[in-house]
Amino acid sequence: MTSSLSTVSYIGATILFILCLGGLSNPETSRRGNLYGIIGMAIAVLATVFGPQVTAAGLPYIFAAMVVGAGVGLYAARIVKMTQMPELVALMHSLVGLAAMLVGYANFIDPAVSVGMTPAEQAIHEMEMYLGVLIGAVTFSGSVIAFGKLSARITGKPVLLPGRHLLNLAGLIAVIYFGYVFVNAHTVAEGMTPMIVMTVVALLFGIHMVMAIGGADMPVVVSMLNSYSGWAAAATGFMLSNDLLIVVGALVGSSGAILSYIMCRAMNRNFISVIAGGFGTGGGTAPAAAGAAQPAGEVNPILAPETAELLREAKNVIIVPGYGMAVAQAQHTVYEITKTLREKGINVRFGIHPVAGRMPGHMNVLLAEAKVPYDIVFEMDELNADFPATDVAMVIGANDIVNPAAQEDPTSPIAGMPVLEVWKAKTSIVMKRSMASGYAGVDNPLFYKDNNRMLFGDAKKMLDEVLVALKS
Amino acid sequence: MSLLIGVPRERFPGEKRVATVPEVVEKLIKQGFKVAVEAGAGDSAQISDDAYRAAGAEIVDDNARLWATSDIVFKVRAPDGDEVARLREGGTLVSFIWPAQNPELLQQLAARKATVLAMDSVPRISRAQKLDALSSMANIGGYRAVIEAAHEFGRFFTGSITAAGKVPPAKVFVIGAGVAGLAAIGAASGLGAIVRANDTRPEVADQIKSLGGEFVPVNYEEEGSGVGGYAKVMSEGFQKAQREVFAQQAKDVDIIITTALIPGKPAPKLITEDMVKSMRQGSVIVDMAAEQGGNCELTVPGEVVVRHGVTIIGYKDLPSRLAKQASTLYATNLFRLMEDMVKTKSIDGDVVNIDMKDEVLRGTTVIDKGEVTWPPPAPKLSAVPAVPAAKAVAMPPKPKGHGEPSGPMSATKTAVLFGVGALMFLLVGGFAPASFLAHFTVFILACFVGYMVVWNVTPALHTPLMSVTNAVSSIIAIGALVQIAPDLTKISADLSRPNEWIRWLAVGGIGLATINMFGGFAVTRRMLEMFRK
Repeated sequence: MTSSLSTVSYIGATILFILCLGGLSNPETSRRGNLYGIIGMAIAVLATVFGPQVTAAGLPYIFAAMVVGAGVGLYAARIVKMTQMPELVALMHSLVGLAAMLVGYANFIDPAVSVGMTPAEQAIHEMEMYLGVLIGAVTFSGSVIAFGKLSARITGKPVLLPGRHLLNLAGLIAVIYFGYVFVNAHTVAEGMTPMIVMTVVALLFGIHMVMAIGGADMPVVVSMLNSYSGWAAAATGFMLSNDLLIVVGALVGSSGAILSYIMCRAMNRNFISVIAGGFGTGGGTAPAAAGAAQPAGEVNPILAPETAELLREAKNVIIVPGYGMAVAQAQHTVYEITKTLREKGINVRFGIHPVAGRMPGHMNVLLAEAKVPYDIVFEMDELNADFPATDVAMVIGANDIVNPAAQEDPTSPIAGMPVLEVWKAKTSIVMKRSMASGYAGVDNPLFYKDNNRMLFGDAKKMLDEVLVALKS
Repeated sequence: MSLLIGVPRERFPGEKRVATVPEVVEKLIKQGFKVAVEAGAGDSAQISDDAYRAAGAEIVDDNARLWATSDIVFKVRAPDGDEVARLREGGTLVSFIWPAQNPELLQQLAARKATVLAMDSVPRISRAQKLDALSSMANIGGYRAVIEAAHEFGRFFTGSITAAGKVPPAKVFVIGAGVAGLAAIGAASGLGAIVRANDTRPEVADQIKSLGGEFVPVNYEEEGSGVGGYAKVMSEGFQKAQREVFAQQAKDVDIIITTALIPGKPAPKLITEDMVKSMRQGSVIVDMAAEQGGNCELTVPGEVVVRHGVTIIGYKDLPSRLAKQASTLYATNLFRLMEDMVKTKSIDGDVVNIDMKDEVLRGTTVIDKGEVTWPPPAPKLSAVPAVPAAKAVAMPPKPKGHGEPSGPMSATKTAVLFGVGALMFLLVGGFAPASFLAHFTVFILACFVGYMVVWNVTPALHTPLMSVTNAVSSIIAIGALVQIAPDLTKISADLSRPNEWIRWLAVGGIGLATINMFGGFAVTRRMLEMFRK
């Protein structure tokens, strides 16, 4: 394959990748979008393998590596449970980060790449390498920690070191300083020390950054790491002067950045404050603990048969799922209940908060897995106006995203965060294991409202009981 | 605290309600009150003395003794002359009073140095909804109006096709969609009738629809919302347009239920004699405004009359006709009031001392220790805002430290951003070599393409988006592929290239990226398969 042919193939692959992302604009076209992505990737890989930059000597290695990789990847994709999607995605981000590091190092120790470069080009190339490895390393270690947190192997609470902002600043200065040393180094051996030091600093920085972030902020972190993995690919593209890598990296990078932005907006927080970490700490818990907004009153507990009764007598029901539903694996029972109610002519809809769950769109995927039709699943903004005309709003394992304090109490740490206004429904039922507060550590005045009922217990168990009562 | 609440039997002819029920007696006792009920008070509401006794109330035979011993008296109807005379000097009375219509009563009660809470004067704000007895009664009245209409009406409400022939559904027209009107709409559509409704306040159209009714608008530009969720008097032009609509409806419908009231004024005459004449034989009009003179010209308050073949029901006691239900709701409203009074320390120990700073209690109290405090200052908030949209967008101010990501940027911010951008581009243009710039162009354009494309992704597909972008980012495999075995023949041999090292690093990179590539696309596919209609 000639050089021109492989370039043309790259252009084709680029277009297919853009169509792939574009296809996700609605569920109808999304499957085709994914197919475009697969075709694009196949074209890109084949054009490279049989292109001018790879000689026949490499083919056995490539083949072996790809067979192993494909086997592992397909296996993982088959066995993963939908509730584990956030973990899987985080883990995969770490792989991209690690691959970027390896490619960066390989490029660094390869003297052949810089042959015939002007000094300015060489300096830029070195910076690109340095950046590529840096971003790759942060992505790698950050994603591994995110994976640990999401799969509960590491505590979900923010782990905060004293003087963490100073530590981060020191890390940044070290990285810049060694970057300077690296660019001025003339041989591979000279450059190795700053490169390795920087890698270690970057790895530690990634760990430190994600450790400091609480569970409820995970959607932001996962999408941010998604963005990083894209930038890592783009940096690698610059390093190798490969436009395909640059384009795809930029696509992925901006996609992740937009998702992070959407998630931040859904929590009414700015990106910096999320990344700086520790939601519900410092200024966060102080007002809550001080009792400025301590809601008073009694909660009204309710049992499963009464819940079923309320649901059966309703005309309009809105179900608001949260992370608790994912933890309890209750989505299938939720669907059974939905189906039973819909057969009785009751209008059941789902209201999804943008940050419900642990990654963007997490709830949608779980509901889709349980075969809930996507045309009864709505975004927060589409549904909020309908709550006053709703008979029963059922909250399953969610807390902060239905907290009226966000609107009513300007001193609350979550003030101004958009929330689902379930308390405007005639009756709201909150399904929860106990009265513990959510990740934000804020008490929820919703629980004490006159028209609210609490159904205590494991979401799955309680919903099973509700279902039995509904069918009897 | 052991204040005694006395509940006398209602003496007004035909009044069947009673101001408390056994379930509420229990709750009152739990709050620390003692309760005394006059013998036979609940008889007409199908509540026996024994039931009260079982709930812990004392049964008192003598009406005069009950009034004399009670610290707080619960009543439904406003007291008559005898009852006022029996009220203890300095005692407390909770009942319907209608202070605007009964100024003499107010004076008589004030002369007894009484404290009087009028359940008809509860301010219409959200917090007071639980003690809004007017709404409770209107709700029952609306329901009962439909039942009375069904009783007088000679046909089914619901349409059906039977072996004996086709039955057309009844058509019901409800005028005024307040609490009573809405209850009537709900009850009538529940019975299967075709329900239409009209109201001068356009914001209730959705509520009418939500109960199964159809909103009949008057096409005339005027906003009818008054303060406190009530309607106001409309202009002459509007009234003319409204009459035309009503005349048209009268010809078409079988049943008209009117609920139009304007606070403190006689009920507007909306149904003229001509409209009644135009109605079909056997039609029914229920005039829920009969007490205030009636919405129909031919209404005889308190009676059922037949005029021009149309039955006109002018009962003034619709809630009382559902005595047990009405008593239960009213008793609960009174209990909520007591709760509020205890909470605000308006009842503290054995002393009743109304907290006049509390908006709800201030509005409800019409006489405070012999001093007439009616009318109260205007309520601060309207229960149904005149312009609902304005309230909906009002959000609490965002505290500092939280982001404000939405809304366009200010001009200065935009200018600064553009300035910084321009400077950076200048720097890049000044120092970077041409080969870099070509890639840089591609990079910037790709960022923008990504930005445009990704904003179109539906939020429901954010997880598949992440997994597919993750799969796509395994394009980094290309980087490893070109390193594994490049064509080295063009490179001079004296370069010592650590071939093995590079190869194994590249193999590692390819392997990792491939896991992602296959795993990512496969899992995305699996997810997308699940999204179905």
